[in-house]
This record gives sequence, structure tokens and C-alpha cells, in this order.
Amino acid sequence: MKRIAGVLLVILAVAGVLWADSALSINGAGATFPYPMYSKWFDEYHKKNANLQINYQPIGSGGGIKQVTEGTVDFGATDGPMNDEQLKAYQDKHGFGILHFPTVLGAAVPAYNIPGVTAELNFTPEAIAGIFLGKITKWNDPAISGPNKGVALPGDDIVVVHRSEGSGTTYIWTDYLSKVSDEWKTKVGKGASVNWPVGLGAKGNEAVAGTIKNTPNAFGYVELIYAIQNNMPYGRVKNSSGAFVKADLASVTAAAAGAAKNMPDDFRVSITDAPGKTAYPISSFTWLLVPAKFSDATKRDAIMGFVKWMLADGQNYTEALSYAKLPKEVVAKELKALNSVQ
Amino acid sequence: MATTSATVPGAGPLAGSRSFLSRLREGDEIARVITFLFAASVVLVTVLLVFELWQGSALARHRFGFNFFRTSVWDPIFEQFGALPFIYGTIVTAGVSLVIAVPLGIGAAIFLAELAPARVSDTLEFFIDLLAAVPSVIYGVLGIFIVVPLMRQYIQPALKHSLGFLPLFQGPAYGVGFLTAGLVLAIMVIPYIISVSREVLLSVPRDQREAALSLGATRWESTWKVVVPFARAGIFGSIFLALARALGETMAVTMVIGNNPTISASLLSPGYSIAAVIANEFTEATGELHTQSLIELGLVLFILTFILNGFARLLIVATSQRGSGMGNA
Repeated sequence: MKRIAGVLLVILAVAGVLWADSALSINGAGATFPYPMYSKWFDEYHKKNANLQINYQPIGSGGGIKQVTEGTVDFGATDGPMNDEQLKAYQDKHGFGILHFPTVLGAAVPAYNIPGVTAELNFTPEAIAGIFLGKITKWNDPAISGPNKGVALPGDDIVVVHRSEGSGTTYIWTDYLSKVSDEWKTKVGKGASVNWPVGLGAKGNEAVAGTIKNTPNAFGYVELIYAIQNNMPYGRVKNSSGAFVKADLASVTAAAAGAAKNMPDDFRVSITDAPGKTAYPISSFTWLLVPAKFSDATKRDAIMGFVKWMLADGQNYTEALSYAKLPKEVVAKELKALNSVQ
Repeated sequence: MATTSATVPGAGPLAGSRSFLSRLREGDEIARVITFLFAASVVLVTVLLVFELWQGSALARHRFGFNFFRTSVWDPIFEQFGALPFIYGTIVTAGVSLVIAVPLGIGAAIFLAELAPARVSDTLEFFIDLLAAVPSVIYGVLGIFIVVPLMRQYIQPALKHSLGFLPLFQGPAYGVGFLTAGLVLAIMVIPYIISVSREVLLSVPRDQREAALSLGATRWESTWKVVVPFARAGIFGSIFLALARALGETMAVTMVIGNNPTISASLLSPGYSIAAVIANEFTEATGELHTQSLIELGLVLFILTFILNGFARLLIVATSQRGSGMGNA
């Protein structure tokens, strides 16, 4: 009995050593919003490169930035770009910088539940900011009813619903509000969690959607992917060219294309309120955070190989999962930037 | 106990030899040291916990000082952090839950222990233990999809209609809020109160009941005037357990409380609790001050639990003295 156990142990140990030797494992952590996309990509890439295993933990953008800065993971991922302070902290700790690589696009859409109203409503930036600041409190306020001629809006109080936990969707939403409303910018600001002037907090897209569905006269925001996959009705938003645009994969990619002309070299750009007639204004990139320098050349080649594949073949998997793909201009620019990884 | 009874017969023929005695002695010593280490580890973990929370919140403590407990603005962007609404929400929801759960729980325990046939009691106990083992997120989901709509459509309008003159039941009925959170917490803690109280009541010696009955007491009089007071310390113990669970509950509360840091006398108003805000914001906390303020909130929750438990113990001491005094008279 003992001998068999001993033999088994030896076999296991040998197998373990051999397996560890042949497989390279890379660890990443961060944003939850692109997690379904990333796990699909890592899975597909693993099928093509059997000896490379990429593990990703969706612990949140803040956690991703922290872990990659501390060096506990090989790469990070975030829904909001790192700020200058965080970049400096990384540079100080490692002696080299960290690069942002946009992967896919996401958007936040306004959802509502008004008894008796089935029409797709049009929202101006002023109306959305006014509602979220607590200044517009009734559905029949002229700011809302103005662009919705022919829809009988009730005089009931609006119940605002927002995310309670820190989230990339909140970052996109508040980033947009900060751009279109000076009052929002000075009073509330943008971030993964903010000090909301009004409203109920609900944890996660599911709870926000559930609260809106269950509460008459509710108004809130959910991730576009969530709204598409759950057939949730949502409104159009007026973009910077004055057109009311409904969020879908094409209008989100259009927003990225509109912003691509002014894309900075480090890709840290907000594309909310982007120019372009067909651009949906509450859109955003989500980024991979890759160190600019690797001490381990095999790891560097593996990550670079993955990013190259993700920018080419990988983009074909996006629409099946309701993510908007990167515009060509951005892909070309990223391939160029990838060469600077050492 | 099992080891001594097992070794003694086997060692019978050698009884009296020094080696056996010393071995036994060694065993005793080893057992003493090991169990002492286990007991000490509880204290060690508690001390480490406080130390870590204290260290981890240094920046926030220096920045805000006592204002952390006095102010009610929680703004991660402009880095203003005040804990008051969270402390208020934690105490109010735990309080509401106990107000609902204690009478229900103790009543049910009395029925199960004293009045119900043994078979009914044991069967129900099985279900109660099952309820106690349900993960809190399940209660949260039930809260969102069943309790919240019920509250908004029926219970809250009814409360406003009948008791709306009280400041406790004013303002719009959102469905979520202090009252709903307290109700869901009550559902969660009732199994603890029933389960522990029932065990305690069952362990009251038979003589106590028989003595009361022989003095001419009815069955209810013997239960209410003799058995329950006898088991009082244990029943209070079950309530503390429930209180501790209610104070620290995170998932179920955050799903139904509304997550809005407000202080309002109305139980219908949305609120926020300490555990809920930590769970919601910790992973995405960007600034160092934000993270540290959340850690300081953890420290506050620890202190709050400590103080409330202290109060509860004082309550036991006070009532048991009064109880014995009445017994003497």
C-alpha cells in the first residue's frame, strides 16, 4: 500500500515538473466589464497555443491597477485609464512605464420604467445631467418632454437608480456627465464611485435593471451589453452633432473612430461625447495594462503575441458577445505602439 | 475524555508503573499546551485584526480625526469621508431586525421546546437549521424580487396610511430602505434565535417544571414564569448572536437598503450600512485616502460590535440581578 502511494507520488512529481516546464502561465487581473470577452479570448488563444495559459481574475479596475503596480500580476486591465499620479507611482516603483492597450468598447445606456410609456425616449445631455443632479424631478419637465413630442409623459416624481459598487460603467456615465455639465464636473466629478446627489444605489447591472423594472418612474443606467442580452428597452441620447443616437455596437465603434483622430500616443483617451454624426456619446474603451519592459523575454513574447492576435483575429469574436470592436485606425496605432515593449 | 477511558483499560496490567503515570502526565501537558494555543489564537487573531485595521487607516485617522464620526459627506472624488450615515444605518437596521426577530424567534422557540410534540419539534428544527445555513446572497435576491415589491406596493403604503403621522413612516415608498433591510435581516436571524433558544429551553431541568406544576401552576405559567426565566442567559446569548450577524451582514443588506448615505428618521427612507459600503467600494477604491477610510469604517464596525456586545452583557447582569431579587421576594 505504502509502496504504491510512494510510486504514485513520484509519478505526480515528475509529471508536475514536466508540465510546469512545458506550459508558460501568465497572470492578469482587473476590470470586470470585459471579463466575458477576455475569458473567451484567453480560451481561444490557449487552443491555438497549447503551452500558454493566461489566467485572468476580474477583481475590478482599481484592484487591477494596484496589483500590476505592485508586480503581483504580469498585466492589468482597467475600464478607466490610469491617472498621472498612478503612472508616476508605477514609474517610481519599477523604473519604467506601463502602456495602455485598448481592447474592446463598452457603453452605458439610459433605461427607464414609466407606466404607460412604451416609446423609445430621446434624452438630451441637459436632461440626463438635470435628472442625476436632482434638478429635474418630474417626467413631464420640459427638458425631457421637449425632444419627445407626442409622448404623454406623466407628472410623477423620477426615481433615480445608480450603481452602488465602484464600477467601470459608473466611470463612463460620470465621465460623460462631467463633460456635458459644468455643474456636475464641479459638484460631483467622475470616478468609479462618486457622491451621488440623488438616487438609490443598486449592486451590479442586474440589480440596477431589476430596480428599474420593479419601480414605477425609475431612471438609471446599465451597461449596453447587459441591455442587449436582456432585451431591455433603453433611450437614445443626443450626441455632440445634435443627432439622437441609439446605442448599438456600430454607434459605439463610430464614437471610437470619431475620437481616433485625436488619439494620444498613450491611448489614455476618453471618448464620451465624441464627435461624429453616428457616434453614441456615452462610450468608452477598456484597456489592458502592459509593462513597458519585461525581464523575462518568453513572457514578453507571449503577451505581445496575444495582443497582436487579439487586435487581429480576436476582434472577430467581439460581436457574438455584444462587445463593440475597435476601429481600424486604433488597431493600426496599437500595433505600432506594441513595438515599444521591451 | 475518550482518550483516558481508552488508555486506562489497556494499561491496566501496568498500573502503578511510573512510566505510565509520567506518560499520562506528558499527555496531559501536551493537551494543555495545544488547547491553550488554540484558545490563545482567538485572542491573537482579534488583536492582529485591530492592529491591522488601526495601521491600515492611519492616513484617514490623521486627516479626519474625530470628524470622521461627526460628518455625513462621503465623496470619493473630492476625498471627503464621514462615517455618520453608515453608523446610523448599521444601528437602525440591526435594531429593526431585532424588534421583529426577538418576539417571533423566542415565541417559536417556546412553542418548539415546551408545547409542541417532540416529533413536530425535531422536524421543524431540521428546517430551521436549514434556514440558518442558507447563504445571505440568497436572502438578498429574495429580498429584491419578493420583499421589495411587496413593501412598495402594499406594506409601505399601508404603514403610511395608518401610521403616517409618525416621523418613522413618512416620505416616498421606494420599497428599499431601512425597514426592508431590517425585515430581511430579521428573516435571516430568526433561525439563530429559535435554534439556540430552543436548545437552552430544552436543557432546563425537569424538576423546575415539575416543581411549578406541583405548586398548582398551569402549563403556560410554568413555562413563562419558571422555565423561560431559568433559561434567560441562554436566550440573551441567542439574541447577541443574532445582533452580531445583523451588524455584520453585507450582501443581503446592500441588495435592499438603497445604498444612499442618508440619515433620516423615516424607516421608509433609503440608507446605507458600514458592511455594505465596504463591500461595494473597496475593490474599486482608487485613492489611498478612499481605501484607508473604508478600512477605518471596518475599525468603526469592530468598535461598534464591541460596544453593543458590552451593553448586552451589562443588560444580562442587570436583569439577572433583578430576577434573582424578585425570586427572593
